[in-house]
Amino acid sequence: MRDVAVVAFAEAPNVRRTDGTTNGVEMLVPIFREAFTQAGIGKADIGFWCSGSSDYLAGRAFSFVSAVDAIGAFPPVMESHVEMDGAFALYEAWVKVLTGEAEVALAYGFGKSSAGELPRVLALQLDPYVQAPLWPDSVSIAALQARLGLDQGLWTERAMAEVAVRSRAAASSNSRAQLSGSVSTDELLAAPFVADPLRAHDCAPVTDGAAVVIIAASDRARELCARPAWITGFEHRIDSGTLGARDLTRAPSATTAAAAAGVPGGPGVDVAELHAPFTHQELILRAALGLPDSARISPSGGALAGNPMFAAGLARIGHAARQIHTGAAGRALAHATSGPALQQNLVCVLEAR
Amino acid sequence: MTHGSTAHRAAVLGTGQTHHRSKRPDVSIAGLCREAVDRALADAGLVLADIDAVVVGKAPDLFEGVMMPELYLADALGATGKPLLRVHTAGSVGGATGIVAANLIQAGLHRRVLAVAFEKQSESNAMWALSIMPPFAMPLLAGAGGYFAPHVRSYIRRSGSPAYIGALVAVKDRRNGARNPYAHLRQPDITLESVQASPMLWDPVRYDETCPSSDGACAVVIGDQAAAEASSRPVGWIRATSMRTEPTMFSGKDHVNPRAGADAAAALWTKAGISRPIDEVDVAEIYVPFSWFEPMWLENLGFAPPGGGWKLTEAGETEIGGLIPVNPSGGVLCSNPIGASGLLRFAESAMQVMGVAGEHQVPGARTALGHAYGGGSQYFSMWVVASTPD
Repeated sequence: MRDVAVVAFAEAPNVRRTDGTTNGVEMLVPIFREAFTQAGIGKADIGFWCSGSSDYLAGRAFSFVSAVDAIGAFPPVMESHVEMDGAFALYEAWVKVLTGEAEVALAYGFGKSSAGELPRVLALQLDPYVQAPLWPDSVSIAALQARLGLDQGLWTERAMAEVAVRSRAAASSNSRAQLSGSVSTDELLAAPFVADPLRAHDCAPVTDGAAVVIIAASDRARELCARPAWITGFEHRIDSGTLGARDLTRAPSATTAAAAAGVPGGPGVDVAELHAPFTHQELILRAALGLPDSARISPSGGALAGNPMFAAGLARIGHAARQIHTGAAGRALAHATSGPALQQNLVCVLEAR
Repeated sequence: MTHGSTAHRAAVLGTGQTHHRSKRPDVSIAGLCREAVDRALADAGLVLADIDAVVVGKAPDLFEGVMMPELYLADALGATGKPLLRVHTAGSVGGATGIVAANLIQAGLHRRVLAVAFEKQSESNAMWALSIMPPFAMPLLAGAGGYFAPHVRSYIRRSGSPAYIGALVAVKDRRNGARNPYAHLRQPDITLESVQASPMLWDPVRYDETCPSSDGACAVVIGDQAAAEASSRPVGWIRATSMRTEPTMFSGKDHVNPRAGADAAAALWTKAGISRPIDEVDVAEIYVPFSWFEPMWLENLGFAPPGGGWKLTEAGETEIGGLIPVNPSGGVLCSNPIGASGLLRFAESAMQVMGVAGEHQVPGARTALGHAYGGGSQYFSMWVVASTPD
């Protein structure tokens, strides 16, 4: 199998609302330029492009078609799109590089959640015959998940608030984060419920944003990056979409993906960037992924500091790679999730050499 | 852009499809997909437990009103606990789904991958989903036909084609569809006169020259060399795949002969070691949603020089028994479950080289093209399959 590494990453400012269109072009053009500058290349060097986005988020069919305008795709390009987080677009790009059809590939994800009512839009991800007609919004479903764990003694409201405190503090060093700063656990726990037992700090903010990651094969990666983040494990799995058919306090697909990526029993990771849009989901993931206690969690602030739909998972991989690029870590794990209550999970392990 | 030495061989082990209809109220979306999946697995002599990963394709989620339906479909597709990817590249998505599944094998990651694509148009309204007014983009107005008809008129003007060529394509495809037990429209008695008497929808495209709206699904099992050699049934070896994209609108865009399609075809023929497609390809399943796109794509793909596509059609060379039979299954003109239509082209091309196409089999077919396009003639995906690996 070919060696492939992440060589560049950029993300748009995570903000509550952009003035740009839902096709993401205004957010994408500047970060394409930023990533190209990092790698010292131009669009002609990209052998394969792949994007992740959602028509439902944009409220229109074919929103990704217009996003291609951000590339300037003429002469024509080899390109594809997943109706998933950009992290899965990166997976498709990685596969393309492994086949030998491309040496350098670029994945991007974008989402303008402010165009609609996000928690209600996400209700349409459920079984269209028996669940979606009840309009259970995404925050309420997460609240059911959190309640199950609380009642079973798996976590406490204080432990959940501590996740938010750490996230906001970590995000203070991330200039693109939406939420950051110093808050106390007691302060957060004094706030009212949004959806019992979730308070505002337990839920990722609604965010507009975009992210881009460039990968390259073996020698090309060494040319483009002083300290490439080599991909040593890249796996994803999905659990049942039927909420009543699985134990919501666990994430078996995250556990299986991490095992396939060689995380448990491996040399251990220095840092993990987790895509946990709710505080209790970080607690589920830390257990499910088998992370060592010594691992630093989401130094970017994670999804709780900014959660651009269809870009936040890709951004986790970008931030994990940045830890390798800067020398802050030797081995990093990045995670992305999709679907209600951590239904689908992806794990990417990155290493310095 | 050749396959590097890193690419592993991949082959189609089995295909399956639904009986396509305008409405399939007898099944849910999951039931529709499972009908195709079960047939593909039976065709390959496999069961769901043999599948390592699943790739799902469909056109816009607004067509059924379900956001990312693969999440809900995970159980029905046997994907729970496995990797599942969801592809969406507009009308070309079925083709892209087959290519992503093939790439998973060619990358050496899996042994057997299931590709599934579907559309259940009766659960929503594709016309409404397409006729939106996005800011800063040209609206489609009255669906896809209104968008493509001016390109057809431009083709007729540029090529000097007689006006009845489109109707000839419709007659051929609908009669071919009558030989295909899964086709939505099966019209053995259709004639040139009846097509030309059908109502004009988008000048010059008449009602009988237009694809139907279908509920349907298609599934393809793709395996690695070991899986192909272990199969007791004929397989279709994937010789080459190709995808290209260009913007919908830009100064210099050629809607009649788009550069992205021509580039994709050129790369495909090079990879497959084909220098004269018209002589070396035995059968082609080409994405023809409106009749005139047969001669247009024959030129774009390099089967004929610019202006020469309609001459192949007129001479009967695209019929079964002709020089390059096009759409012996009846094609998109007979069945159009949009998200599945591209994968159906890919599956039908494989069925031809596997020798299992039944009444619409092209005798002796050894090399076949599967083709799909989407968006405003801007997304192209295609593959070449053959009865032998080299």
